[in-house]
Amino acid sequence: MKSSVITFPGSNCDRDMDVALKNFGFKNKMVWHNDNELPKSDLVVLPGGFSYGDYLRCGSMAAKSKIMQSVINFAKSGGLVMGICNGFQILVESGLVPGVLLRNKYLEFICKNVFVRIENKDNPYFKNLDKEVFEFHIAHNEGNYFCTNDQLKEIEDNNQIAIYYCSVSGKTDEKHNPNGSLKNIAGIFNKEKNVLGMMPHPERMIEESLSGEDGSLFFKNLLNNIR
Amino acid sequence: MEVNEQIAIDHGLKKDEYIKICKLLKRIPNLTELGIFSAMWNEHCSYKSSRLHLKKLPTKGKKVIQGPGENAGVIDIEDGDAIVFKIESHNHPSFIEPYQGAATGVGGIMRDVFTMGARPIANLNSIHFGSSQNKKTKNLLRGVVHGIGGYGNCMGVPTIAGQTSFDSSYNGNILVNAMTLGLVKKNKIFYSKAAGLNKPVIYVGSKTGRDGIHGASMASASFDDKIEEKKPTVQVGDPFTEKLLLEACLELMAGDSIIAIQDMGAAGLTSSSIEMASKGNLGIEIDLNKVPCRETKMTPYEIMLSESQERMLIVLESGKEDQAKKIFDKWNLDFAVIGKTTNTKNIELFFDNKSVAKIPVNILVENSPMYDRKWKKSKLPKKNKINRTELNNLKIKDVLKKILSNPNICSKDWIWEQYDHTVMGDTIQKPGGDSGVVRVHGSEKAVAATVDSSAVYCWAHPITGGKQVVCETWRNLISVGARPIALTNCLNFGSPENEENMGEFVECVQGIGEASKYLNYPVVSGNVSFYNQTKDIGIKPTPTIGGVGLIKNYKNMVTMSLKDIGNQVLLIGKTEGHIDQSLFARVILDEKKGPPPEVNLFNEKNNGETLLNLIEKNYIKSAHDVSLGGIITAISKMCIKGNKGIKLNKPKYLISEIEYFFGEDQGRYIIEINPKDLKDVANILNKNSVHYDEIGTIIEEDIVINQKTKVAIDELRSYNTNWLRKYMA
Repeated sequence: MKSSVITFPGSNCDRDMDVALKNFGFKNKMVWHNDNELPKSDLVVLPGGFSYGDYLRCGSMAAKSKIMQSVINFAKSGGLVMGICNGFQILVESGLVPGVLLRNKYLEFICKNVFVRIENKDNPYFKNLDKEVFEFHIAHNEGNYFCTNDQLKEIEDNNQIAIYYCSVSGKTDEKHNPNGSLKNIAGIFNKEKNVLGMMPHPERMIEESLSGEDGSLFFKNLLNNIR
Repeated sequence: MEVNEQIAIDHGLKKDEYIKICKLLKRIPNLTELGIFSAMWNEHCSYKSSRLHLKKLPTKGKKVIQGPGENAGVIDIEDGDAIVFKIESHNHPSFIEPYQGAATGVGGIMRDVFTMGARPIANLNSIHFGSSQNKKTKNLLRGVVHGIGGYGNCMGVPTIAGQTSFDSSYNGNILVNAMTLGLVKKNKIFYSKAAGLNKPVIYVGSKTGRDGIHGASMASASFDDKIEEKKPTVQVGDPFTEKLLLEACLELMAGDSIIAIQDMGAAGLTSSSIEMASKGNLGIEIDLNKVPCRETKMTPYEIMLSESQERMLIVLESGKEDQAKKIFDKWNLDFAVIGKTTNTKNIELFFDNKSVAKIPVNILVENSPMYDRKWKKSKLPKKNKINRTELNNLKIKDVLKKILSNPNICSKDWIWEQYDHTVMGDTIQKPGGDSGVVRVHGSEKAVAATVDSSAVYCWAHPITGGKQVVCETWRNLISVGARPIALTNCLNFGSPENEENMGEFVECVQGIGEASKYLNYPVVSGNVSFYNQTKDIGIKPTPTIGGVGLIKNYKNMVTMSLKDIGNQVLLIGKTEGHIDQSLFARVILDEKKGPPPEVNLFNEKNNGETLLNLIEKNYIKSAHDVSLGGIITAISKMCIKGNKGIKLNKPKYLISEIEYFFGEDQGRYIIEINPKDLKDVANILNKNSVHYDEIGTIIEEDIVINQKTKVAIDELRSYNTNWLRKYMA
């Protein structure tokens, strides 16, 4: 399976994603933001970091990069595009998924393990996962998901909410909402479910010695689903 | 403007220093030249008060590739890998403007490390604030933490450990010390020594602005009532540009076109160009019109003294300019050939086709002032008489609650959760442990790092304090299973012109030297920060030590969290119940007199090495060194982290329970072992003449201190974790 990770100026989780993808059997290529065309890929990943220093608005300048036109076309034709953290912000800014990501409610960067609940497995990312609650890691300053009431109704009607922040037992409440996200939303799909944006970093949880291993389950499953 | 003595004094130079300049030049310097002298001869850049004493530190060892004198120290971690590391202060700017001051401190130290060709793999910091009651403390703390996070997070380098303390002596002068570790191949280390004639001198990175002019001079003076006026001397950081600069430099370094490279840190273009020329015994010629400037009409004086961040100076092989420029163009960074190396041994600056400064390099460097400042010896204070009845009347649970929630002991998760500590995917021990640990990417090895300081001990008796800090970092490394290799130091003191402060400096350095020599744990880099005072009052002497060690197989790393119910807990090292200068004495008894705990280097070394031996044999399930707050504080933290309880045995000594639990005797560790291994472990300890006590057994959910006292782990945790969050809310 072939994957591509885009490096924008200021991306800093691009290597981590490359390591994770290769570790689980993807043939990954690093793609420079200024390239015109994506290489042939089964999965395109927009990694975390601070593209363009998060100046202006997180993800806004990266969304206008040369390569993004090719990414958008790839997504529109049904290709799998996943944005993690800053990558999620870029997806939002490029209109591939609905909503916006505001500054965290308590105005502070948060780096810690959180639990997330996967509700909808009818998609290429989560299909066949045999549990619902995962321990993932977050590290962001602007992960406070927000959208209009109309948008919320639409994404709920279309089952577009990918993951929710929750307790270890899967309960979604204010106490287990690290950044003030609307409805505890931690990740979201486009209507067709081939584009996924999420704040947590599964690539940081791929070995017991690291923050945990739930990221491994995610990547192994993803590879099998694409295969 | 005609230069005269008053202008020199306004530049922070002393009258006799000005006379010396005129004599060496055989003329009166012009303003640009005077600015260059003031930048090179201030305390921050010239180490004029400290050099004499720093020479006494042990800096060599089998694992040392590069000691002090370069951008950072370098140690060998085998298999062709090396670690580049250094700690540096950014105290003065952080007090004036906490966010930018702290941020640029982090940016500066990372640049020091990647200048040498190493990719930064971990950041640490040691930050010290005034009393929590002081009205400035909260905002300074918030600003500094945001600044450190703002820069490090954007760079994508994990912040893996740190230290935070509060003491009223920092009310008017906080400390912000930042440390970075980088990984490099031994045969790809870059140095700042220029070589060869007519080689192009290249400027890369951000444009030069008017920010930070005289930053280094500001850092070499005391604060007075006019600190608000000094805000313009604080640099403004741009971590995004630094990230690009890092990637571009490493890309260029992969080839073989660089002869020498030096970051523009304190005193900017001045010190970087002079240092490269001086080390290469060459001259350097710069055309200031070619320096990329952010603002219009900048004068030679301003260009030379600007401390704009994220800039580097490179001496390149001739003919490689185009190839190098391509890389910097790709990363959207400025690249300009601004001069060349010469055989004149002068630094000569041109502006609008006129020579605007010409100074022999050796005058600036070798002839820079060096002072043997007067200093006062300190005496070991007499031991306090302890009123045992008073101690026996205290309720241990109440005392424990006060100690665990004390600002200097409490959990700092509010701070480190704002630092990205997991980016790069190799962090295997996050902040809050004895040391932070990152894997050496793609290998079985891991590197452990820690920072520590003990201002109270250093203030009570500088020699003992100096030794103690070194030993504490040594213990922190051993507690995670790392073999200590070398250290870096950041020496934060008051005014060297004050005999007492200078005495504290001299004796702390002596203590550091003795301990690092004995432990074969040399000093490979460091930084001195004097004039940490407001008006005439200096801070408590605060040498900060950053220690680095190696774990051969990361799977053998040890953490402090208790692991399994039924396991036995041993205390390594002898307990005498030393209460003077302990946190207990200060917080509970309000007592500030007496000597700090004695440091016995033989025991330190013997206990530490024996524990490493036990760890390597896989006997140790968890370990933690005993420091501030004594045995019970150490055990409480192990319980909280492991979410397990412990039933403590009755102490066998004749000292009171309070002295036993809260005393701060040195050289001690708490370890957890499986009961089946007790005999083997005891054998090894006995064979090495290491004193140990069996102090308890792991149980489910309480810490059982004696027949009358037990505390649930959740309650312990609430003592420990609530204070800082409430304070900052």
